[in-house]
Amino acid sequence: MKKLAIARGIKQMSKSNSFRDVAVVSVASHQTKTLSEVNEVQLMADLISNCRKSAGVTQEEIGFTCSGSSDFLAGQAFSFVHTLDSVGAFPPISESHVEMDGAFALYEAWVKLQIGEVDTALVYSYGKPSAGSVIDVLATQLDPYYVSPLWPDCFSLAALQARVLLDKGLITLEKMAEISMRSQKNGFNNPNAVRSSKDVSLENLMNEPAIVDPLRASDIAEIADGGCAVILAAGDKAKSFCERPAWIKGIDHRVDSHTLGVRDLTRSPSAFLAAEKAGRNADRLDLAEIHGMTSTQELILEKEFDLSEETLVNLSGGCLASDTMMASGLIRISEVASRIISGQVDRGLAHATSGPCLQQNLVCILEGE
Amino acid sequence: MSELEKPLRAELTVEYPFTRTTGKVIGAFMTGLREKRLFGIKRSDGSVLVPPLEYDPVSSEPLTEMVEVSQSGVVETWTWIDPPRPQSPWDDPHALALIRLDGTDTSMLHAVLVGSRSEMRTGMRVTAQWKEERVGHIADLKGFIQETEEVHS
Amino acid sequence: MTDPNSPPASLSEEVEIPESISGLEPVRSVRSPIRLIYDFVPSPPVQEYLRSYKKKKILGHRSPIDGAVFVPPRGVDPRHGVLIEESVELSDTGHVGNFCITHLPIPGRDDLDTPYVSAWIHLDGANVGFLGLVSGCENDEVHIGMRVQAVWKEEEELGNTAENILYWKPTGEPAVPIEKAGNRAWDQADE
Repeated sequence: MKKLAIARGIKQMSKSNSFRDVAVVSVASHQTKTLSEVNEVQLMADLISNCRKSAGVTQEEIGFTCSGSSDFLAGQAFSFVHTLDSVGAFPPISESHVEMDGAFALYEAWVKLQIGEVDTALVYSYGKPSAGSVIDVLATQLDPYYVSPLWPDCFSLAALQARVLLDKGLITLEKMAEISMRSQKNGFNNPNAVRSSKDVSLENLMNEPAIVDPLRASDIAEIADGGCAVILAAGDKAKSFCERPAWIKGIDHRVDSHTLGVRDLTRSPSAFLAAEKAGRNADRLDLAEIHGMTSTQELILEKEFDLSEETLVNLSGGCLASDTMMASGLIRISEVASRIISGQVDRGLAHATSGPCLQQNLVCILEGE
Repeated sequence: MSELEKPLRAELTVEYPFTRTTGKVIGAFMTGLREKRLFGIKRSDGSVLVPPLEYDPVSSEPLTEMVEVSQSGVVETWTWIDPPRPQSPWDDPHALALIRLDGTDTSMLHAVLVGSRSEMRTGMRVTAQWKEERVGHIADLKGFIQETEEVHS
Repeated sequence: MTDPNSPPASLSEEVEIPESISGLEPVRSVRSPIRLIYDFVPSPPVQEYLRSYKKKKILGHRSPIDGAVFVPPRGVDPRHGVLIEESVELSDTGHVGNFCITHLPIPGRDDLDTPYVSAWIHLDGANVGFLGLVSGCENDEVHIGMRVQAVWKEEEELGNTAENILYWKPTGEPAVPIEKAGNRAWDQADE
């Protein structure tokens, strides 16, 4: 991978000189169709322990721990408290939790590191959608008076969005299939991919019937169980944990209206704005890992992030290969970070979403030296 | 544990009764539903939001001027739901659509009740169909049905 | 401090209700129930625990770090975040680590006569306790350190369920001293 040829001038973040340099120094993730051999606690104990070992840090040394998970997904109030067993939270630790994707937990940890009280953080997230009905769980996040009582599932809402894109000629069924194909082929090299295929053909995909009109099965996320753990560290600490830390050059999240009817569903202004604020344009992007639950959402995001030919998209296969509710966004960050750490790429964009039809979006720009 | 033993499993049901207070704006909309009427709310630029929101989605200023709106409109986008979700108001496959009622500026989500998805088209005209018994709930609307007369725009 | 008698004022002026419903009884609330169903499959340690429980055997997990025994077994030592592989069989005798007398009935539990005693049962050989019902004596006789024994369901009623033990009854043996009862034992140095 060729190194950045552009001279390093003023970077986005130097506008404010109070930003600390924070990096991802270690990642661990696992996704599978159904977690049957272990439960979430055992899965995370393993991932968290591996993640800490890679960085060479103990839980006692970690300044702050933040996790993302959903009680509604687990079917249990305070379910995340059980998972603290995986961390080894004794003596008591400084800890927080978000009822959101782990990417937003990472944002909280990043803010904590910015404040300067701690130098390291452990971020993790997980989900076991196989135990319940994730599409019904997601319906409960919608407007409780006007929408939720109709129980529209997330893929039907994505389908409404897809149809507008098709009707307006912004995408084609073939373009959607190309995304599905890209995902399945890229996923083939990803041990976390539940759906992947080395030689899937565009023809096969085009011939699939629509299961949520106009979306075909291959256009829709492959739901998977799994989890992810990430270690963040600031400044010199980061350099002591990792030879080539994946520095967070910018991170931002924005949200659009929760009311579908007032939105232009062909766009995600919050994704666009989050990318802009995170400094997407400061330099070229080698890789983008984007969290779109459908091929159509990946197409919208590619446009909002202005991804060109020079940017590889979803080398992991993305959500069409494996989608773990609550962890997919953090996994996108971990995918970019691990490729920077290993020297495969220099600069990447990781994205996480929440809410129906790309309503809320987080963008994280990572860079290696 | 022998390999022949299937894993133990148990059905776990998490249930919440929830009764939500509505406030003035949503309450008025629900009252309208009970009376077989549809209401929207005006923004400061005169555009009409349906269903009514309490605050402007762009400026966040409080909205107060509610207006009655047409019960007919146009399908802006749709998909087909088959099978219906267990807790949804519908027992049969139906379309889920965003419907723009005439004279309004935003669309509302509801069902379009047709026999098959081949009958659905973006742009088709539909009109509200009401339940016999209504209580002030979004499901007081059975859904929308195809308008029988052709309307030439 | 806000006045609880006056509800929060709207930020806006009075909402203009449409003419057609003014004067009618307004809708003030909507019912929006939620029902989510899960297919719960316990982890392998818990599967093993439940199957043994059916045979009146209580399994715990022994930590590879310092041999501490946790019951019921969850597959990890929560203090260290370390996986546990070793199971150990525990007896169905122990003591009351802590307890509480409840006077209010729980919805859906008509089988529990109030007042009843819920207690933290510390089994012999285990380092942590778990929730159990104490019965077979007067409620005011229950004390921290009181030695108890499980009262199981009849053979034919046993299943893969925590309900196998109906309650814990006092054995009449001398109580465990309070400094060694329940979680206070953690403070004692292990020999």
